[in-house]
Amino acid sequence: MGGDDIIEVQDLEHAFGDFAAVRGISFTVRRGEVFSFLGPNGAGKSTTINILTTLLPLQKGMVRVAGYDVAREPGEVRKAIGIVFQDDVLDRDLTVQETMEFHGRLYSIPREERRNRIENLLRVVELEPKRNERTKNLSGGMKRRLQIARGLLTRPDVLFLDEPTQGLDPQTRLRIWDYIRQVNRAGTTIFLTTHYMEEADILSDRISIIDHGRIVVSGTPTELKNALGEDVVYLETEDDKKTKDALHGIEVIRSVTESPRGLSITISADGSHCLPRIIDAVRGAGIGISNVNLKKPTMDDVFVHYTGRELRDTRA
Amino acid sequence: MAWEFLTVYWREMIRFVRFRTQLFSSLLQPAIWMAFFGVAMSSNLDRFTSAIPAPDGVIPVGYLTFMAAGVIAMTTLFTSLFGGMSLLFDKNWGLMREMLASPMPRTHIMFGVSLSGMTKSFIQVSIIMVFGLLLGVEFFPGYAPLRIILSILGIFAFVGIFSLGFLLFSSTISMRLESPEGLQGIMTLLTLPLFFVSNALYPIQAFPEFLQVLSIYNPLTHLVNGIRYFALGGDFFAVGARYTSTTADVLGSFAYLAIFAAVMYLLARRTFEKAVVT
Repeated sequence: MGGDDIIEVQDLEHAFGDFAAVRGISFTVRRGEVFSFLGPNGAGKSTTINILTTLLPLQKGMVRVAGYDVAREPGEVRKAIGIVFQDDVLDRDLTVQETMEFHGRLYSIPREERRNRIENLLRVVELEPKRNERTKNLSGGMKRRLQIARGLLTRPDVLFLDEPTQGLDPQTRLRIWDYIRQVNRAGTTIFLTTHYMEEADILSDRISIIDHGRIVVSGTPTELKNALGEDVVYLETEDDKKTKDALHGIEVIRSVTESPRGLSITISADGSHCLPRIIDAVRGAGIGISNVNLKKPTMDDVFVHYTGRELRDTRA
Repeated sequence: MAWEFLTVYWREMIRFVRFRTQLFSSLLQPAIWMAFFGVAMSSNLDRFTSAIPAPDGVIPVGYLTFMAAGVIAMTTLFTSLFGGMSLLFDKNWGLMREMLASPMPRTHIMFGVSLSGMTKSFIQVSIIMVFGLLLGVEFFPGYAPLRIILSILGIFAFVGIFSLGFLLFSSTISMRLESPEGLQGIMTLLTLPLFFVSNALYPIQAFPEFLQVLSIYNPLTHLVNGIRYFALGGDFFAVGARYTSTTADVLGSFAYLAIFAAVMYLLARRTFEKAVVT
C-alpha cells in the first residue's frame, strides 16, 4: 500500500451477535478520488462506514483512515473526517446557522475562522437565505445540503457520504451530485455508499460492489462494464440475412440474433471500438444501414452479473 | 483544558429558551402543590398542632413554610430525573451521532447536559421561592441581607449537587434505553416513592421504623434537610416536632449527596465511554 492510500482496510470482519454483517473485506481508497460502495440494503455498507468513522468498535481486521488506526487513534481519525449520515442527523429546533455553529464549536474551530467558513459553505450549498430558519422547516434536499456543508466545515481529508440522495427527488439528486463533484474537485476524498447504480456510475472513480458482507468486484465504472463484454449493437439493414454473412469474419462478435426490429449483435470487446469495423464490413458488402444503436451494459447489468440477481430493496 | 462541554450546554440552553412553555409547565406542579395542598393543609395542621406549643426560644414555623422546602426539593427531583431525556431523543432523532463521531471527549456530553440541567433547576428554584414568598412562605425569618444571600447560596449548593446526581443517573438510563416510553415508566416509578418516603411533606420522626430507615438513605431527605437548614435555621419547630440540626449534620447531608453524585458520575462515565449509537 502506497502513501497515496487515504483509507486502508484489511480483512475487516464485523458481526452483530450471530449475524456476520461484514465477512472479511479488504480495499483501499486513494487520496483525492471518489470511491463508492455499491450494494443492496443490508449488504454491509453502513456497518463498514460506521467502523471507518469510529462509530462502531473494530472487531476484527485492520482499518487505517487518513493515516491513523481506527482502533488505536480514534480521536485523530475523528478530527480528519467529515460525515453525512444516512438519515438526517439534525436538531429540528436549531436554525441552519446554529446547526453549523454547533458543529464548528464541537471541533473547537476558533470563532473568526468558524464564522468565515460557515459563510462560505452556506453560500456554496445555497442556504444563505435560510440561515435563520429552523431545520424542521427545510425540505429534504435542503437538509441534505446543510448536512453536506456541516460535514465540510472542518475541512476533512475524507468526507463520508452514507446514501446521500436516498429518498430525494431526481432534480435534487442532480444538485447533490453537483456539490459532491465540486467538493471532490476541491481536493476532498469522497467515500460514498449507495444502492443507486447510476449514482455510483456517474460519481465514482472506483467502485466496489458489496453483497452479503463481501466485496464481489472492484474497478472503475468503465472497467466493470467493459469486463462484462456484453456490449450490444443493434443494426437495421436492407437485408438482415446478407448482413449476417457479411459479419462472419469478425472475431469479437459473440452472437448475432435476428429479431423483427433488426439484428442484435453481442460483442465480447469494447463496443465503441468494434462499431466502425462492423459498419465497414456491412457497407463493404453493399448493404445499406438504416439505423445503428450501441448499448453499453449499465451498472445494473454489472450488478446482476456479479450477484446473479437484481438489487434487493429490502432492509436486512 | 477542553471546553467543548460548553457547546453542549449552549445548545441545551438554546432549546430551553426556545421552549419556555416547558419551564412554565414544570412550574405549574409546584405552584399547585403550594397554592392548594400547602394552603389547605396548613390551615388544618396549624389548628391541630397549635395544641403543642413550641418550646421557649424555638421559632415556630407554619406548615406552608415547612412544606415549601419539600416542594422545592420535589421540583428539583422531577426536573433532574427527566433531565437526561434529551439524550434519548438525541440518540433516536437528534445530534447524538454527530457528537459521538466528533473528537469531543464523550464525557463532555454528560457534563454539558448536567450543567444545563443544574441551570434549569436554579431558575426553577428561584421562581418557586419568589412565588412562595408571595403566598406567605416565611423563609429566612429575621435574617440580615448578607445572611439571606449566604443562605440562598447554601440552598443552591444543595440543589446543585442533588440535581447533578440525578441528572447523571437519568443520563445513564437514557443512554442505555431505546424508547422514551421506557424512561418515562422508570422515572414515574421512582418519583412518587422517593417523594413520599422523605421528609418533604411531613416529619419522619413519626414514621414506622422501617420507613424511617429508608427515608434516611433517600437523597431527597438530605436535600430537604439542607434547604430547611439554610431557609429556616438550625433550630425550629414545625408540625408538632422540633427540628435541630448542627453544621456537622448539614455537612453530612451534603457529603451524602456528593457521594451519591460521585457514584452516578462513575456509572455515567462508563456508559458514555462505551456508548455505541449507529
